[in-house]
Amino acid sequence: MKTDIILCGVGGQGILSIATIIGEAAMNENLYIKQAEVHGMSQRGGDVQSNLRISSEPIHSDLIALGSADVIISMEPMEALRYLPYLKQEGWIITSSTPFVNIPNYPKLDTVMADLNALPNVVAIDIEKLAKDNGVPRSANVILLGAAQKALGIEYDKLEEAIRRVFGRKGDAVVEANIKALALGRKQS
Amino acid sequence: MTEKKLLLGDEAIALGAIHAGLSGVYAYPGTPSTEITEFIQGDKIANERGIHSRWATNEKTAMEAALGMSYMGKRALVCMKHVGLNVCADPFVNSGMTGVNGGVVVLVADDPSMHSSQDEQDSRFYGKFAMIPTFEPSSQQEAYDMMAVAFEYSEQQKLPVLMRVTTRMAHSRAVVNVATEAQQEKPLNYDAIAANWVLLPANARKRNDAVTTQQATLEEDAANSTYNNYIDGKDHSLGIIASGIAYNYVNECFPEGSPYPILKISQYPLPKKLVRRIMNDCAKVLIVEEGQPFIEDMVRGVSELPSNILGRLTGELPRTGELNPDIVKKALGIESSQSYAPCENVVPRPPALCQGCGHRDVYTALNEVLREYDNARVFGDIGCYTLGFLPPFHAIHSCVDMGASITMAKGAADAGQWPAVAIIGDSTFTHSGMTGLLDAINENANITVIISDNLTTGMTGGQDSAGTNKFEAICRGLGLPDEHLHVVVPLPKNMPEITRIIREEINYKGTSVIIPRRECIQTLRRHLKQQKAQEKK
Repeated sequence: MKTDIILCGVGGQGILSIATIIGEAAMNENLYIKQAEVHGMSQRGGDVQSNLRISSEPIHSDLIALGSADVIISMEPMEALRYLPYLKQEGWIITSSTPFVNIPNYPKLDTVMADLNALPNVVAIDIEKLAKDNGVPRSANVILLGAAQKALGIEYDKLEEAIRRVFGRKGDAVVEANIKALALGRKQS
Repeated sequence: MTEKKLLLGDEAIALGAIHAGLSGVYAYPGTPSTEITEFIQGDKIANERGIHSRWATNEKTAMEAALGMSYMGKRALVCMKHVGLNVCADPFVNSGMTGVNGGVVVLVADDPSMHSSQDEQDSRFYGKFAMIPTFEPSSQQEAYDMMAVAFEYSEQQKLPVLMRVTTRMAHSRAVVNVATEAQQEKPLNYDAIAANWVLLPANARKRNDAVTTQQATLEEDAANSTYNNYIDGKDHSLGIIASGIAYNYVNECFPEGSPYPILKISQYPLPKKLVRRIMNDCAKVLIVEEGQPFIEDMVRGVSELPSNILGRLTGELPRTGELNPDIVKKALGIESSQSYAPCENVVPRPPALCQGCGHRDVYTALNEVLREYDNARVFGDIGCYTLGFLPPFHAIHSCVDMGASITMAKGAADAGQWPAVAIIGDSTFTHSGMTGLLDAINENANITVIISDNLTTGMTGGQDSAGTNKFEAICRGLGLPDEHLHVVVPLPKNMPEITRIIREEINYKGTSVIIPRRECIQTLRRHLKQQKAQEKK
């Protein structure tokens, strides 16, 4: 198996925790992983992305080539579109539908959604609302992960186990909230 | 025994150093090198052993302390971003003259494409002119493995080793096989020979001859290094020389294996023997390297662009900027996959100062006062507050290198400029601003210095700042009179007081310092969270 994933959003939205869970699950399955992250200046409210590659064969490049990402997981709808040239023609976009407006020239949301809906495989979810309504306000990012599970090529149970290991230190309440969020996401996909 | 760990390149380097029997890491934070020292600070073995890991005031103090540790026989690691090597160029270059006793690895993280930097200088040039052997790992695993090899090689050759990585190696995770046990630290010894370390001309000439002669050995070692490989291919119409992580992009182009011979370079001095072999074997050679055309320039020499050498200087690869799989594909004549066009409605989202950040209030106040003057100039510095150049503030007129705000303001004032304002962060001030302030105070230069103190090194993620709680004392110690030293709290409610003080000090004909002090909003959040967690326990 080989899956190229672009995780994206705005600095501080928690894309790296999604990457950590996927990475943990993949390592436990003895898969090869490469995950390029963005640290430093652009983390201050700018656009951020992580190239995450998992494969049963050794991986060379830390970066994903144009037109070859299987899935874009985005915490923000316009940010999902920023990486469109990297998406495979039949690739999936799993994105939050809630815009993060911290710039004066953010496009009209209708335009952004129309651009997204013009693509073949898009799942847009109001993860912020779902998270709040279901009592897991801090796990919106894991809802997105749940929705992306099928596109990732990693079994659902393996992601659940990874969540237990990654959040174990933070106590049962945090683990259970994230497992609930993962299940909520799966229902949306 | 080994185990698997998912590690950032920086973390693999840190763990490799600990497992190699490291006794101290010396560093100043700088993207993309920061996580090396942070990993050692949080590592169990490092803490049990008391491995030195506290941040240094700047890269020069770091490099010198590492040399001192080496002098006593122990292994030391120095870490910095590429421009940090400029700051410690003096001890770095001269460490090639003194040589080492305990192993020294100088880890420099270059930032091609300038993701978080002011230039894209290539540190391999430093290794060459300091005559110091240089390693350039191509993967996280190699970075881990190389640390032990580099320390041993440093001790064997009695020279420091420069290890050069780039952003994608430093900030990319991969599964790394690591040892389950760490080597013992080296014991203290008194083997350092004073005549080698006292660089009086008479001694230094001897060392210079010895190290120059030693270069042939270093090159022969590089030719035989397990990290420099010649991988033959069927099609000799082209050969590829690829260094460091560029090797990965080349391999990415050939999922079924390369038809062309590849020479992978990860250890320098450049082994000319191997380069000649691939050039003799192949009709043309493409040189793929991350950073500046370092190898390419040497291979090409001064003859008029020989047509059989291709690379960044002939346009097959872009002259500047970071490589990626598509750039390398293009150079090899391989088409990129079919891709969607960039979405036209996507707009840039540049980084900005955080909401609630004290630097914002400082710029609001400064802008309000400076509107009253014609041609005020604000000399900026390196840190989060460099973002004050961007909208909505448009507040600074220069940013060159660590500490340059104060000295440039002084030079401008010497030229007759008024108002000349310097704005510098707390950590940058202790890194390289203090000496410039002494120059200004000694001449009572007509400048106003703002030390925007957020109690941390903010841009790199909130590391300790060397001067915290000492700034007033430092300014007084440098000779600044109390009446021109002010501390304010940068909050909107204090605007009248802050603007009044700035205005008065600009109108004062001499050097003054204003210290707006309020904790970084990011570290404050973290501290409140930790406090809450403590209370729960």
